[in-house]
Amino acid sequence: MNQDYNFSSKVKIFSLSLVVIGLMGIAYGFYSAPSTVEEAKEIVANMSHGSDHGGESDHGGGSDHGGESDHGGESDHGGESDHKEVTLGGHEYDHDKHVFNQLHNKPWAAVYVPALFFMMISLGVLAFYAIQRAAQAGWSIVLYRIMEGITKYLLPGCIFVLIILGFSALNFNHLFIWMDPEVVAHDEIIRNKVGYLNIPFFFLRAVIYVTGWVLYRNISRRLSLKQDNDNDISIHKKLFKLSAGFLVFFLVSESMMSWDWIMSIDPHWFSTLFGWYVFAGMFVSGITTIALITIYLKSQNYLNFINNSHIHDLAKFMFGVSIFWAYLWFSQFMLIWYSNIPEEVTYFITRIEDYNLLFFGMVVLNLIFPLIVLMNSDFKKTNFIVILTGIIIIIGHYLDVYNMIMPSAVGDMWSFGPAEIGGFLFFLGIFIYVVFKEISKAPILAKGDPYIEESKTFQYYNLD
Amino acid sequence: MSSKSLHVLFDDDDNLLDAVKEVVKNKIYINEVYTPFPVHGLDKAMKLKPTNISIATFMYGCVGFTVAILMMNYIMIVDWPQNIGGKPSFSFIENAPAFVPIIFELTVFFAAHLMVITFYLRSRLWPFKMAENPNPATTDDKFLIDMETGPNLAKTKTMLKKFGAISIEVINNDQDEK
Repeated sequence: MNQDYNFSSKVKIFSLSLVVIGLMGIAYGFYSAPSTVEEAKEIVANMSHGSDHGGESDHGGGSDHGGESDHGGESDHGGESDHKEVTLGGHEYDHDKHVFNQLHNKPWAAVYVPALFFMMISLGVLAFYAIQRAAQAGWSIVLYRIMEGITKYLLPGCIFVLIILGFSALNFNHLFIWMDPEVVAHDEIIRNKVGYLNIPFFFLRAVIYVTGWVLYRNISRRLSLKQDNDNDISIHKKLFKLSAGFLVFFLVSESMMSWDWIMSIDPHWFSTLFGWYVFAGMFVSGITTIALITIYLKSQNYLNFINNSHIHDLAKFMFGVSIFWAYLWFSQFMLIWYSNIPEEVTYFITRIEDYNLLFFGMVVLNLIFPLIVLMNSDFKKTNFIVILTGIIIIIGHYLDVYNMIMPSAVGDMWSFGPAEIGGFLFFLGIFIYVVFKEISKAPILAKGDPYIEESKTFQYYNLD
Repeated sequence: MSSKSLHVLFDDDDNLLDAVKEVVKNKIYINEVYTPFPVHGLDKAMKLKPTNISIATFMYGCVGFTVAILMMNYIMIVDWPQNIGGKPSFSFIENAPAFVPIIFELTVFFAAHLMVITFYLRSRLWPFKMAENPNPATTDDKFLIDMETGPNLAKTKTMLKKFGAISIEVINNDQDEK
């Protein structure tokens, strides 16, 4: 009855059609993006909230969004245009150039957000896997092959992110303004960070993180497969040591990755707990993905050794880490709100003024909903409710990443158009394809693990 | 009406659990089981009602949440608004982020303390109360079932012996021994 997973043609067709639909959306997004300042002007004139935007020209070129007008110089894009104003002259032209940059960035950012999001799901699962190995956990062995399947996406996911970053470095877009030497030349704050924020060092770091993660992923996968036909306890010990070492590397590299790939999009702003905050987000979305895939495969009669105690444990993690995420979100928000320092608080002013519903709606989806629904022990073992909450959490954390990237990339020109939805579907399709293909390649039960019996008979005492 | 009861001693929690299941199956009433540590599954074996303490705790948390909101609203907005760090002082919602830690802490405080107090009261525990357990060994490494004798004492004894009871003591409640 313990049949190994076959990559069904249904899943294959589904994922490939997602990729095709996604590609069409992305292509439309790039096609409709303006390639000149004049085109951008025309698009803005045709937009419904174009009039709001026109009103801002009263503030002069320095301000981009209403809230930032008090400290226009501190906001990244505002700062940039402030200085260009001197060289290029003319408020009107400067403002239009700024809007052009935002609209030009839009399809890039729409692709970058889901690329990061799905890469981080995979990375979060890798961290969860390493924690299970390092803790020598007994309950989760039956989930190892699913986790190993999900982490297969890490390498392609990182490559997608690096390609987009590469285009940014080659000046195809204006996502990372510190990559533009002209901006840096006129911006003292960025100039002081050039020792860290420069293109060669940025990519050197990126290569180091990705190599470290993928190396651990591939070695642990190989050892795990080797263990299936070999009851050698030394493999178990080796995996334990490897995972403990990896976690040290991961915590440092993940933190730096979040500064590099996310926080540096706002090069003037910084938050000291940003790495933790990003980690909590990727961790909970990773665990949720494990739960969703597990329940899907179980419904296809593949995982008969998984009982509702395993699902209950995954749901407990979803519940707990959602609260942990909210704790970090609030810690970051409250300190910056309370101290009200212009350089820092612009970050939240942009989000509250231009992204109000998204910014607070995301907190409702990521904290209030899981908190209320998953508090009850009976609900945590009910597949239907775990799926429902899982989908909400996934959407919520996609919006979280959206909120990290979009305000700095496109300002108030955001929307959910074909490019945003297409980008999400494109990466979702690739993610499903890669993950399910990898799951089908190996026995679905890591039967050589010394704790496998404990895991198969795992029973939370309070469940029937 | 039986005025006698049995004190059955075990030295292993698995044996105890099996014996309790058998006793319940024979419809002999169990007054209480004394164990040195919580034995998982014992409440189910004894067919006890599931605890409601989690629901009570949730309610206590809601009380704490409400008390904290009313308290902060009264202190900081209604009674004595203060200008702290240039923040607006006349609106609860605009000051809410500053109150969140207090609301959180009071929710936890109410939930935790009232839960523990409820648990003590429900378990009939209060300061200076004398110990109720009939055999001090149950605080060390022995397990004790305090139960009725059943319709046939000899048969009950045989059954309990079969499950590994190390001693069976017949208690005569009328003479108020022990």
